[in-house]
Amino acid sequence: MKANGTATIQGYGVQISDLAVRYGSTTALEGVNLDLAPGRIHGLLGRNGTGKTTLLSVLASLRQPHTGSVLVEGQAPFEHEVLMENICLIRESGDVIGDVSAADALDFVEVARPSFDREYADRLAHSFGLDLSVKPAAMSRGQRSALGATIGLASRAELTMFDEVHLGMDAPTRQKFYDELIADFAEHPRTFIISSHLISEIEPLVETVTILKNGTLLLSEEADDLRRRGVTLTGPTALVDQAAAAQTVLGHTVVGSRDLGPTRQLTLYGDLDQRSLDEAERAGLQVGPVPLQDLFIHLTDA
Amino acid sequence: MFEGREPIYQQIAEAIRGEILSGALNEGDQVMSTTQYASTYRINPATAAKAFAALESEGILRKQRGMGTFVSDGAPEQLRSSRRQSFFAERVDPLLRDADVLGIGADDLARYLLTSASDASSATNTDQNNA
Repeated sequence: MKANGTATIQGYGVQISDLAVRYGSTTALEGVNLDLAPGRIHGLLGRNGTGKTTLLSVLASLRQPHTGSVLVEGQAPFEHEVLMENICLIRESGDVIGDVSAADALDFVEVARPSFDREYADRLAHSFGLDLSVKPAAMSRGQRSALGATIGLASRAELTMFDEVHLGMDAPTRQKFYDELIADFAEHPRTFIISSHLISEIEPLVETVTILKNGTLLLSEEADDLRRRGVTLTGPTALVDQAAAAQTVLGHTVVGSRDLGPTRQLTLYGDLDQRSLDEAERAGLQVGPVPLQDLFIHLTDA
Repeated sequence: MFEGREPIYQQIAEAIRGEILSGALNEGDQVMSTTQYASTYRINPATAAKAFAALESEGILRKQRGMGTFVSDGAPEQLRSSRRQSFFAERVDPLLRDADVLGIGADDLARYLLTSASDASSATNTDQNNA
């Protein structure tokens, strides 16, 4: 599938329009329109039960949309064998067959996926400290997740989705997973969608952020653009209020306020005016960033 | 490392500029590849590539096909002259404000600057003569 050198395929793009998915009388997703560019690492965020897993399941053909259309690389993935060979969803705790040895499970993936790199898989499994003679069902949750991460990365699928795959992994294992993801993505560019509640850990990896809320799309944009809409202003109360007022015209929202004696810290969210922020900084205020996780909490906690 | 409000790629570009100004990177030195940068700082490789692209378009870095990315000739001087223009507004003004808060007068400040500046400049002058 991949030609070396020229004309390398850089992953599948995703186009979703007016997607709705229902389970019985429960609506899991409604009116979702979403474009994810190929060859990038996308972050998919949302609180529990907001439809993240449903969305990824539709992309992986595990579910069919009730209405709307889902296109991967311009085609509907459902029962599309060639496309599906290159779409890989790893759900929490690994998503692997449990009752054969892990080595046999890798054999199975190797047959099913032409782009699977067995050598890389063995190397990854080794670096995660996995014993491949053990059945996944007998592994700890963290080990099963690491096996899932191994399969997800070594499949080299054009669209690779990790849904809460970090669950059960300890901190060093997660770090190893992120490091491997960066290194392999650099060498084999393709499309990744990563869903995680550990927002601060995936923040440096993701180029775009998509947030679902109550089964609808809240936003989908460049991570840098989202971060730029948050700011903290810290300094003497009067100066901070004055700087915040200068932003009011642009319709920002004050999302946090803390006072420590004569010092006030305001957190603002909105389309901020950089020039007046620069002025505030020159006037002696501390103008700081708002971590993605804090923005996420503000946007979804209501 | 990435603590500012600016996009991460701008912070990386700024860190590289700083290394060139401090002499940690010299004219003609090869810089790490974007992949090495991404792995070292645990960021998306596209973000590192964006920082490099910005510095290339400024003429600070140059890419040599098949060889890697290098610090351009004249890059330190180019950075120094652009920094000089913003130095007083960005660095000296905040310092004056702090001095004012502490009750340090202009005379004290001037005396201190004259003595320490002559020490510092004799050190950098020899540096520059060697370069």
